[in-house]
Amino acid sequence: MFQQMKRTMAKTILHKAATRGHAAHGWLDSHHSFSFAGYYNPDRMSFGALRVLNDDIVAGGRGFDTHPHDNMEIISIPLEGDLEHKDNLGNKIIIKQGDIQVMSTGTGVFHSEYNANPDRPAKFLQIWVFPNQLNVQPRYDQITPDLTQKNQLHQVLSPYPDDAGTWIYQAAWFNLGRFDKDFATTYHIQKPGNGVYAFVIKGRFDINGQELAARDGFGIWDTDSISLTALESDAEILLMDVPLKP
Amino acid sequence: MTTGHTKILAIGRNEEIMTVMQRLLNAPEDWSGQAVTTDEAAYEALQAGAYDIILLCAGITAEEETALRERLSALAPAAIITRHYGGGSGLLRNEILFLLEKK
Repeated sequence: MFQQMKRTMAKTILHKAATRGHAAHGWLDSHHSFSFAGYYNPDRMSFGALRVLNDDIVAGGRGFDTHPHDNMEIISIPLEGDLEHKDNLGNKIIIKQGDIQVMSTGTGVFHSEYNANPDRPAKFLQIWVFPNQLNVQPRYDQITPDLTQKNQLHQVLSPYPDDAGTWIYQAAWFNLGRFDKDFATTYHIQKPGNGVYAFVIKGRFDINGQELAARDGFGIWDTDSISLTALESDAEILLMDVPLKP
Repeated sequence: MTTGHTKILAIGRNEEIMTVMQRLLNAPEDWSGQAVTTDEAAYEALQAGAYDIILLCAGITAEEETALRERLSALAPAAIITRHYGGGSGLLRNEILFLLEKK
């Protein structure tokens, strides 16, 4: 009864894939779930601490020239292809599908990201989260989590260096999962005051009765947990559990 | 929503990033601005001219921010003073539009 009440009290926001901002620059094709660069929608400035969710396709051999960031936690998740990362911290590294890259930009970082392959596009999610500490010493991290086990959520990011996955300066937890059709699971929100922004990478899902297709985003808050069912085989989802008040 | 020309002052401690901010603040036709790295330079800028928005950028500590906001508010009571996150790339344009819309 109590759980039922909790579910009915949950608040939600749906961002269908086709309603995202879109930028086509030739070398870069990007869809923005939230206001970014030339896309401005005052109703889509963030989901709590989650400020940017860009779905980027970078043409072969092209990329983002060196540019700065500060006071932002930046997470990149390659979906196809490889990116070559360089920064002024001395890192020069390839990020490939299955990796998770994190930059805590703090007092300031200059970096570039290029498609490492000249002959095929690179696809990746670029995610920015407001930090809970200002002016930290910049840091770079890259992990290759074991995501081979289907039908379970894999934690790839948390606030804790000694927990599963990588970590950032924010009370945020990210989980990735790939599911068989009709597999159902429950995700428990990690911290009171957090909400979950679910982003469907591939296939279709039902979350708390809301059907979602590929690249749809769905924010849920004022609840302790969410119920998730895959509606297709090999359906993939990213859950971002973030503070509603950064 | 405010229309017309917007003057923006940015204060941060990272010289390289503030150099980029200087360029970004003066790129749109409807903006002009100044990016500075010291509080004194910010006070001088405000004494020399009016600004609509003041951005507090990376490197300013919470303690510095309290004192800075007090002094900036006294010098420019009509200006919006806000924290800027991200270093300019990607967010600056729509953050400014959002502030102007709320004004």
